[in-house]
Amino acid sequence: MSHLTAMSHAAPHQLQLNEQGQLRHFLTTEGLSRELLTDILDTAESFIDSNGRSVKKVPLMRGLTVVNLFFENSTRTRSTFELAAQKLSADILNLNISTSATAKGETLQDTLWNIRAMGADMFVVRHADSGAAHFIAENVTPDVAIINAGDGRHAHPTQAMLDMLTIRRCKGEFGKLKVAIVGDILHSRVARSEIHALNTLGAEEVRLIGPKTLVPDTLQALGANIYRDMKQGLKDVDVIVALRLQKERMNTALLPSESEFFRLYGLNEEKLAYAKPDAIVMHPGPINRGVEIESSVADGEQSRILTQVSNGIAVRMAVMSMAITGQLQQQQDLAKQQGAEG
Amino acid sequence: MSMNILITGGRVIDPANHVNEVMDVYVQDGRIASLGAAIPGFVAELTLDASGKVVSPGFIDLCATMREPGYTHKGTLRSETHAAAAGGITTLCCPPTSNPVNDSAAVTKLISDKARQAGFTRVLPIGALTKGLEGEQLANMQGLSESGCIAVSNGRNAIRNSLTLMRCLEYAATFDLLVIFQSQDPDLSAAGVMHDGANAVRFGLPGIPETAETIAVARDLLLVEQTGVRAHFGQLSTARAAQLIMDARAKGLRVTADVAVHHLLYTDAKLNGFNSLYHVNPPLRSAIDRAGLREALLGGTLSAICSDHQPHDEAAKRAPFGATEPGISGLETLLSQALLLVEQDVLTLDQLIEKLSLGPARVLGLDSGQLGLGSVADICVFDPEAEWTLTEETMRSSGKNSPLLGQPLKGRVCYTLVDGELVYQAS
Repeated sequence: MSHLTAMSHAAPHQLQLNEQGQLRHFLTTEGLSRELLTDILDTAESFIDSNGRSVKKVPLMRGLTVVNLFFENSTRTRSTFELAAQKLSADILNLNISTSATAKGETLQDTLWNIRAMGADMFVVRHADSGAAHFIAENVTPDVAIINAGDGRHAHPTQAMLDMLTIRRCKGEFGKLKVAIVGDILHSRVARSEIHALNTLGAEEVRLIGPKTLVPDTLQALGANIYRDMKQGLKDVDVIVALRLQKERMNTALLPSESEFFRLYGLNEEKLAYAKPDAIVMHPGPINRGVEIESSVADGEQSRILTQVSNGIAVRMAVMSMAITGQLQQQQDLAKQQGAEG
Repeated sequence: MSMNILITGGRVIDPANHVNEVMDVYVQDGRIASLGAAIPGFVAELTLDASGKVVSPGFIDLCATMREPGYTHKGTLRSETHAAAAGGITTLCCPPTSNPVNDSAAVTKLISDKARQAGFTRVLPIGALTKGLEGEQLANMQGLSESGCIAVSNGRNAIRNSLTLMRCLEYAATFDLLVIFQSQDPDLSAAGVMHDGANAVRFGLPGIPETAETIAVARDLLLVEQTGVRAHFGQLSTARAAQLIMDARAKGLRVTADVAVHHLLYTDAKLNGFNSLYHVNPPLRSAIDRAGLREALLGGTLSAICSDHQPHDEAAKRAPFGATEPGISGLETLLSQALLLVEQDVLTLDQLIEKLSLGPARVLGLDSGQLGLGSVADICVFDPEAEWTLTEETMRSSGKNSPLLGQPLKGRVCYTLVDGELVYQAS
């Protein structure tokens, strides 16, 4: 079999839609239309009850199997996907691959083909390599709906969309919003997916704040303005996203110390006061209290960190139900075409 | 005893002798016996019809990785020299990165013997500059040279210690050996998998900054100047490194440089969609770099175009981008890719042929790369207009890792002669 010839390489946003323009994989927020992102948010809203919690259970994925494939450890993201799948009535299987197959030298492709053979309809994938979810969707198991739960530094689209939902529920429309993302943008898949989503949804301005080692000038090309100073960067903003700072950044000469980072870029009450008085504070978690955010801000009135977590379930229900619909449609259409040709 | 061969009706393009005209070529005893004028009593045992085609000196590829010994699941000397012959390449240099490394006369002899037995393209091994390419102890360079190594190199294994490098160069200069650099700063490039720029930031892939090359080239040039060694810089990927080479040549240093064909044609934008078949090292860079390399090619700073052929097994390319191995299997598409430079008005066809034959011959100090009377009959006959499609089934290389698979290509080799023997004929 001619495998390398068969390898195709579409831009990610072309790959994630079926022929009718419906979502069939969810790999990145980049390149998706405003209508589609809005559709995700509206669908997520429909899964939230009057108390702001996600609904109990709907039968949208009954009889279908979702496999959580986590090549990197994660408790929270995996759990919210698991809950979302349960609420959609799907069967769910959790696999921590980092500890099993690949450690025995099996290739990613072999691992995935084996799991597909067990009858999986959807893979939720987290992987340390940028482009991993894209690679799987395009070249390994194109007939299984792939939900990207984080690939390297590239994308974490469900996190971005739950942040968009949180913003929309707090602020209404995106048109007049200034959003600041603070900290380690370079290594952040969340930040990249947020920037694309905010620009598509029409936010007035996306700002990135941090030192050049973590916020290189080249990030401007994504459609964001770069600030090196918190006072200027937070002035008049409506939304602040603080990003987690990994301890290892200190060991690779990207930063001198946690204390200097906190002094310059850590979100405390004094710096929060530079933003609009009704600005909301978000964080994709898990938080390092006293490193990128002060406890009083993380737990304060303007914080929406826990709201983000509850919105995460509704957004994942929305994305999973939409992608499975689009993927099943695609497979039906392909079968019809093949039937007509054969 | 080689055959009398007559190549009829082709346009002979031989930049060394300023020839560009339609005429017959007579090959006798492995050499060019006559051009145009018939030889009395010459009986052609084989006649090759070249009408409508170009007859050029066989191509000389300054960097084609052979994978043997050690990595024969990716390619063998037989499969890769067969691919080279199909690409019109009559001589190639292979880097010392086999396993074991080519740091001994025994490995050099093994490579030469196997290549000769295969009977396709002539292989000139490049010996190791340091033992095991480890950058610590000098390899037996003069011995390697005597065994048939055309040059010495540490490949892409950078020598971090400048004192060690200086001594390597002093020793090589003692015997006037040619040292080939593939300069890249090991720290600046360590984590990277593509050019560091707006695209790397967008794809979330770790970058290799332009300075990974320029800093290394600058240091290496300073030591070349200090030691007086003959030096060649392979596969430059940045405009500013080419500028450094130009400045060094203007100062009178004995320095040459080449470029891989993919760096003249493509930029890092090709990686949109995470196409691992375009994963190469040095990485595809910016449009500014590509423009600078093209200018340096035209201006003569870059005297040769090579394939930087690196065949891989399928698993090496079927993984998420960052986990794949760099390299393109490029021998069989070298000509059709290079012809795009003519189509895009970067070079004339005569200039292109020079960059593929005479230019690299001069880098190596060979008297081949031309079709003068009495010279060795290393010849490529190609049809610049022929359209074809590269497929895995018809590729001779064991490495099917070409981004051009399945795509329409223009310009195809019809016949390849090495030492006056027909080693390849298009089916």
